[in-house]
Amino acid sequence: MRTIFYLIRKEFIQIFRDKFIGKAIFGVPIVQMLILVPAVTFEIKNVKLCIIDRDMTTESRGLVSQLEGSTFFKVKFSTFSEQEANNLLNKGKCDLVLQIPSGFGKETGKGNPGRLLVSVNAINAVNAQLSWAYLNGVIRDYNMNILSENIGSNTFASVPQIQVTNRYWYNELLNYKYYMLPGVLGILVLAIGFILAGLNMVKEKESGTIEQINVTPVKKYHFIIAKMVPFLIIGLIDLAVGLIIGKLTFNIPFEGNIALLFLGSTIFLIAVLGLALFMSTFSSTQQQFMFTAFFFIIIFVLMSGIFTPLESMPVWAQKFDLINPAAYVMRINRMVMLKGSTFQDISRDIYSLILIAVAFTALAVNRYRKTA
Amino acid sequence: MKRFLGFVKKEFLHIFRDVRTLIILFGIPAAQILLFGFVVSTDLKNAPVAFLDLSKDEMTQKVSDKICSSGFFRRSETLLNYNDIDKVLRKNKTKAVIIFEKDFGRKLISEGKAALSIITDGSEPNMATLITNYVTAIVTDFNRELAGTQATGTLLVQPEVRMFYNPSLKGHFMFVPGVITLIMILICALMTSITITREKEFGTMEVLLVSPLKPVQIILGKVLPYFILSIIDVIMILLLSWFVFGLPIKGSLILLLAESMLYILMSLSLGILISTVSKTMQQAIFISMVGMMLPTILLSGFIFPIENMAKIYGWISAIFPPRYFIVIIKNIMIKGTGFLYVWKETLILVAFTLAFIGLSIRNFRIRLG
Repeated sequence: MRTIFYLIRKEFIQIFRDKFIGKAIFGVPIVQMLILVPAVTFEIKNVKLCIIDRDMTTESRGLVSQLEGSTFFKVKFSTFSEQEANNLLNKGKCDLVLQIPSGFGKETGKGNPGRLLVSVNAINAVNAQLSWAYLNGVIRDYNMNILSENIGSNTFASVPQIQVTNRYWYNELLNYKYYMLPGVLGILVLAIGFILAGLNMVKEKESGTIEQINVTPVKKYHFIIAKMVPFLIIGLIDLAVGLIIGKLTFNIPFEGNIALLFLGSTIFLIAVLGLALFMSTFSSTQQQFMFTAFFFIIIFVLMSGIFTPLESMPVWAQKFDLINPAAYVMRINRMVMLKGSTFQDISRDIYSLILIAVAFTALAVNRYRKTA
Repeated sequence: MKRFLGFVKKEFLHIFRDVRTLIILFGIPAAQILLFGFVVSTDLKNAPVAFLDLSKDEMTQKVSDKICSSGFFRRSETLLNYNDIDKVLRKNKTKAVIIFEKDFGRKLISEGKAALSIITDGSEPNMATLITNYVTAIVTDFNRELAGTQATGTLLVQPEVRMFYNPSLKGHFMFVPGVITLIMILICALMTSITITREKEFGTMEVLLVSPLKPVQIILGKVLPYFILSIIDVIMILLLSWFVFGLPIKGSLILLLAESMLYILMSLSLGILISTVSKTMQQAIFISMVGMMLPTILLSGFIFPIENMAKIYGWISAIFPPRYFIVIIKNIMIKGTGFLYVWKETLILVAFTLAFIGLSIRNFRIRLG
């Protein structure tokens, strides 16, 4: 036990001797939190609209003014030439072109269906779908208005209707910062732990100091544990810093038990550090390790469900996520922070994460050779 | 010249000797294209939905069957009372709960209206919005069927929509340009800055500097292999996206390659600039990764459109060259527009390149230490 304690002390001294790393350990998370969390949003604001009103009747103007009144749309251009509108779409000056053909007002006045032509810039499929859905919503409202004007409320009410109401739980206003922050905390802990621990191990190899350890009676698992504990502590401190920043700058709600969040992240960190140390045994230079780490971090993060829902992934990817620690921590963080999930609620994720942590650490101890 | 070629050959050997460098060069682009293509998607598919049916009649059965048979949703749980809602949502067993009010069917027929509520898990805002929109659309559809022939005129205004440039709404149109932009910054800036600082750190730079090679030749020799490899990478990504996802190149291929070369040149000069200001590899890695990677992913409009961000990010992103290249590449590849539409962005990239080269020359020291 005393051996481990001394080794851990040695690691701490070594880590903080490098002033650059010492600053980066706490500086990077702060910067990342401040930049990443508010930047990432799928929220749509100010969809730029170009209108070709060939009709010019009170009906068409009514529709346009209804669009102008909505917060999502900004009527930027108004033209009569289709070519000009397409040009604007090509140049990216507008996102949506709404064409109202002549005769629109006449037809709807008579109670016949009136046609509208909508062109959407769909390079960003998600954006296109959402802005189209919003436009459809405005048109639906407009429909309802003329319906009640034209037919009168009597006949309209006789048609049976299911009325849909909806509510968003846990995040009433769909604030994207609440969604991103728990995820970013996960990535942060992953990147810091993975890169620092691995680089540290490889650096010992590169500079040859590892051989000095190898000739001492220090046990293999002593050495691995001593390499893990300092980064575990640093990772958890980073997590705490991140949480404090989240609370102070973004006013993130915290529904669940904070100890549960730290428990989840501790197991997650052990898994990550085990994997990092395991992989460091395959690299002989820091540069090599950087590249391998980079490759894996990209895959882990993209597949963790931080930006996109896990359910939308193909089955094989969901299977892979069974061994992706980032996928578990993403879930645990969000569930505990936003939904106030209890230990029972996340017990399955916790147990699986423990299994992964034990497996990776065992691999690291096993792969580490005390011979040169 | 012969000396220079020998030096370039040495650099190539350095690159090919290390498997991990090759992983970075060709593995990451391929992995990213495949991941983005097959894994990262925001489509709604088989999302688990729970039902709280307080009425349990024929009508609620019909509505819930219609929702579940759409392919977007699957029934995950059948709840018995309101308290269960929080339980299943907290366990992440379901993404949404659909509630039918008491006497749903009777009310619908006798009073002409009945209430259905959707409760979604707002901790995933995107999913929540999608589910709400889709369920609402399905119910609206059901309403129309219900109304049947007695009210054909219900929908007076019928919009017809055309999705420009990307009719089937595929995500590939977003990420292929993004991956090209990201990978080239990565390879060019990160790799060149590392190779140059590596020579500095190991002291082999001195050996090179005392050789008959001119400093310009040394830098060019370091940069040339990455220039060639980057072009191969671009071609590989384009081929992959064509064969695997069927993504065509609408505009001129020559213009696309020429603009890519300009962007590669810009990234390379950025890499040289980074190497002149950093002393160790770790510093170079740090500057390239934290300084370039994150802004490239986040502030270039790669995944998240800049227009949707707060104003300040729009200004910050203006000083990051990837933002302009993404505009260029999207215009040429997807919209199929010509040079006239991208000359402004091209000019900005040229200006960046010249500025980086100028700064590097100012910072370059023949003597070390």
